[in-house]
Amino acid sequence: MRRNLIFGALLSVIFLLAALLSFIWTPFDIESLDIANKLKPPSGAHWLGTDHFGRDILSMIMMGARTSIAVAVVAVGIGIILGVPLGLWAAAGKGSWLDELIMRGNDLIFAFPSLVIAILITAVFGASAVNAIIAIGIFNIPVFARLSRGAALSLWERDFILAARVAGKSAFRISWEHILPNITSLMIVQGTIQFSLGILAEAALSYIGLGAQPPTASWGRMLADAQTLVSIAPHTALVPGFAIVLMVLGLNLMGDGLRDWLDPRLRVTRV
Amino acid sequence: MTFLKTLTGASALALLAGMAAAQTDITVAIQLEPPNLDPTGGAAQAIDSVLYSNVFEGLTRFMADGSVVPGLAESWEISDDGLTYTFTLRDGVTFHDGTTMDAEDVKFSLDRINAEDSANAQKKLFANITDVSVVDPQTVAVTLDQPNGMMLFNLAWGDAVIVAPESIENIATNPVGTGPFKFDDWVQGDRIEMSAYDGYWGDKPALTEATFRFISDPTAAFAAVMAEDVDAFVGFPAPENLPQFEADPRFQVLNGNTEGETILSTNNKMPPFDDVRVRKAVAHAIDRQAIIDGAMFGLGTPIGTHFAPHNPDYVDLIGNSQHDPELAKKLLAEAGYADGFTTTLKLPPPSYARRGGEIIAAQLREVGITAEISNLEWAQWLEEVFKGKDFGLSIVSHTEPMDIAIYANPDYYFQYDNAEFQALMDELNATTDPEGRSALLAKAQTIISEDYVNGYLFELAVSTVAKAGLQGLWLNQPTAAVDLTGVSWAE
Repeated sequence: MRRNLIFGALLSVIFLLAALLSFIWTPFDIESLDIANKLKPPSGAHWLGTDHFGRDILSMIMMGARTSIAVAVVAVGIGIILGVPLGLWAAAGKGSWLDELIMRGNDLIFAFPSLVIAILITAVFGASAVNAIIAIGIFNIPVFARLSRGAALSLWERDFILAARVAGKSAFRISWEHILPNITSLMIVQGTIQFSLGILAEAALSYIGLGAQPPTASWGRMLADAQTLVSIAPHTALVPGFAIVLMVLGLNLMGDGLRDWLDPRLRVTRV
Repeated sequence: MTFLKTLTGASALALLAGMAAAQTDITVAIQLEPPNLDPTGGAAQAIDSVLYSNVFEGLTRFMADGSVVPGLAESWEISDDGLTYTFTLRDGVTFHDGTTMDAEDVKFSLDRINAEDSANAQKKLFANITDVSVVDPQTVAVTLDQPNGMMLFNLAWGDAVIVAPESIENIATNPVGTGPFKFDDWVQGDRIEMSAYDGYWGDKPALTEATFRFISDPTAAFAAVMAEDVDAFVGFPAPENLPQFEADPRFQVLNGNTEGETILSTNNKMPPFDDVRVRKAVAHAIDRQAIIDGAMFGLGTPIGTHFAPHNPDYVDLIGNSQHDPELAKKLLAEAGYADGFTTTLKLPPPSYARRGGEIIAAQLREVGITAEISNLEWAQWLEEVFKGKDFGLSIVSHTEPMDIAIYANPDYYFQYDNAEFQALMDELNATTDPEGRSALLAKAQTIISEDYVNGYLFELAVSTVAKAGLQGLWLNQPTAAVDLTGVSWAE
């Protein structure tokens, strides 16, 4: 089981490093086009070949990793920062009208097909990376709200919480000091999964032209650009395609591995 | 068993019969679906692509080589002062609903263009028609307020086709014309069907049935042609796929030219583009050949002004705007933008615009201009750029033939306002002798080129991919049209 974690983490870290490296160095400058060298297959100079504008695909992948990761990180961040407190709040007031309001609101967002709403948001407010982040982020809120509420509810029944209540701690302090630390591992696992979904969603939005706009590199748009070129220059589509697959695979394996490692329930069964 | 044998025998026979007779139906794909089916009331090029010379005809018409020949008018006489055109109409022309086409219909059609509530997209072309009078059922006299050397040419436009008062009400969904094909059905979002009209006045077309399909996505277009779902694709959207079709014996590829001047439209009223030095800097920042190679995979002819290079009156002014980033930077510094500036670059869907836009943005970045790209659908583009004039730069191909006169309209979306040019256009309209017109056109081309009104990129090419046995399709697009009159299948 630990193998999954290591392999997944390794893949994710490679992309993360590539993205970080792109801030200081890429093999070629992707903002200047070199039309004369377009659609060249992989070679010594261009390890992954060049695209239809003669840009180095390896550099594009590195810059694209940066875009994908940035969008996914912020989108998951929105989900955690807004979703977890909502979930804890609802759990603290279990059964009250507030609980109902929060959870039904979450159900409402959950009920919408997320990608369609993301398309709506970017179509109305304009296509840009920021709007893509908001669109993806909104759909992360109910995921974290539900998960944290569920986990918190079972914790509220536990004796140590009872002790804290008897000691006169407020619901807010109990949530903050006792419940939150106990659900952190759960959130990390879910965060990894949502992170990979965020990467996919960003790629999907860019693919249909609603994500990051050129000249910002994006894996989804690289795929879209390569669409009509598949038969003459397959590498232009394969490379970004594999990048998305490997990144998402890596994150999912890492999420799985982390769950096995961190989830107390699973740990108990193993013992 | 006997039954089965008979059945196979019968189907083999049917197959043979089918093979013996040449195919007489066709499925043609084009990229865009027309928003309505009234060529006299809509600006969309797709309307003409489907209907021009198939369903509707005008007094004169364009041929495949761009020449203007008699259409519904058999002949005409022009008075010595150039003010009266007397058209003799063809005999026995009927509309698809059976009514006769006569002088009254011509009067109705031309008066309708100039009516106050007219929705005609090219109203200006016909503005100097002051009177249309019926002499007898086969003769119409058209009176102008000043001579117009372009009148016969203008009358060939799809916007001047002859319509009937009886069927005008539903023209947008049920067009009734005089052409060789009558409109049958429009399945919105998918196809338009038409079939040969038995009562056609002229030579019967070889085809009996035609279907137009609309495939805007380049990948879907590629698949549809490869799978032979369509017999021809006029205006194939992905130039990068053409070599594959050329190499495939099942297909033929026709690379022709259009009247489409592809330009970097510049908002002449919006600072900093109101300064000619800035526009000149933009023009010198652009490398046309890179755009043609990168966005069109080499298809397209560079232009230096707003005029079709295959027109005999074209003046080569590319020298005015050679690729010279250093000069561009110097000009920007002179204009007070040494550090560059930021503007918008709004792109409609075709690949010449989307890909060309990315290339131009990169080229502008090299001289310090940041062009923020936003990709728009056609409806948004018409709203924001064409009507709203809310843009800094845009890329679009102006496909109307001989449309240099748009520069005389200060309200046109790029808002070029030059009294000298406007006077020149008035003079041109009033000039009928060919030499005088050539000189004036040359002067007009030079003015807009030296004023750097827009960035002049290239003349749009049109590629038609068709099955090998298909013949008679237009190579060039002198006007937006998929004329099926002369199309047939080789035996």
